[in-house]
Amino acid sequence: MHSNEIFEKLKSEFGDAIIELIDEAPSDPYITVDATNIFDICHTLRDDEEFLFDYLTCLSGMDLKEELGVVYHLYSFKFKHKIVIKAKVPKDDPKIASVERVWRAADWHEREAFDLYGIIFEGHHNLIRILNPYDWEGYPLRKDYKEPEYYHGIRVPY
Amino acid sequence: MGLLNKLDDPFEGGGVVLGTLEDILNWGRSKSDWYLHFGLACCAIEFMAMNASHFDFMRFGTIPRTSPRQADFIMITGTVTLKMADRIKKLYEQMAEPKYVMSIGSCANSGGPYWKHGYHVLKGVDRIIPVDVYVPGCPPRPEAMEEGMIKLQKLINQQAIFNKRKRLAEEEKEIVETNL
Repeated sequence: MHSNEIFEKLKSEFGDAIIELIDEAPSDPYITVDATNIFDICHTLRDDEEFLFDYLTCLSGMDLKEELGVVYHLYSFKFKHKIVIKAKVPKDDPKIASVERVWRAADWHEREAFDLYGIIFEGHHNLIRILNPYDWEGYPLRKDYKEPEYYHGIRVPY
Repeated sequence: MGLLNKLDDPFEGGGVVLGTLEDILNWGRSKSDWYLHFGLACCAIEFMAMNASHFDFMRFGTIPRTSPRQADFIMITGTVTLKMADRIKKLYEQMAEPKYVMSIGSCANSGGPYWKHGYHVLKGVDRIIPVDVYVPGCPPRPEAMEEGMIKLQKLINQQAIFNKRKRLAEEEKEIVETNL
């Protein structure tokens, strides 16, 4: 299915939650989606007969200066089509539903997005830091991050 | 035939060698240094190449040990993150004296290519443990690492075992006098 058709079908099912499809060369076409019912949308994308997106290629966080976001790259083994979904969350309350129950791969990817951006995934069974140490302060990949002076008595800057 | 003879009998006509006890002990220590197996990142790949048959690190008498209690020295090969820094410190404290540290590669020397923006990289392993030999390179060639080993052997050969306090005091006096 082409990205237009995926967009039309999703819009007919979810209406206003699907915001728009942006299809500019050279990047992949992506669909921006409302963050409130991301779980239902992802469930449909995985289980619907014409979509069958059973492979979450990548889930990562974004920092778009005033707000944060999450990107989902999906691929279907049966139909061999792929789509990108983007959802935005506000910076002061970055909560979004976890899609761990839909694709198991999201488990560690969401932990990474939490560790590096501070996006909280509700419904995740074990949302703790994965790359940085457990007592690290701050979210490193945000644009306004400042590295700490000392960590466990070790001086961090050069 | 003459060369082979010389290899079998280097001290022609006799087998008596005179030397100080210190020299002999240091010779034994430096030519059979056992290292703690500690590969972190890309420098560890070069280290593995050095251990293989072409560059043959084991001819220096070094054997990899997996436990710090059994190791003489540790070779920090690769980038040290802050998460790993706590563990390195613990391993270093567990090693028995006399112990040495060889820091291999730019990342272990001073943070390497991550010196500016690496928020989680330890800028040089000498911030946590005292280093004896630094081997520069990114990654250093196996020959460079072997030169580092030869330097470490020279360092061990010059160490004092007896009259250590007197020798150290003399060295300190020398340093103070040259700085004045």
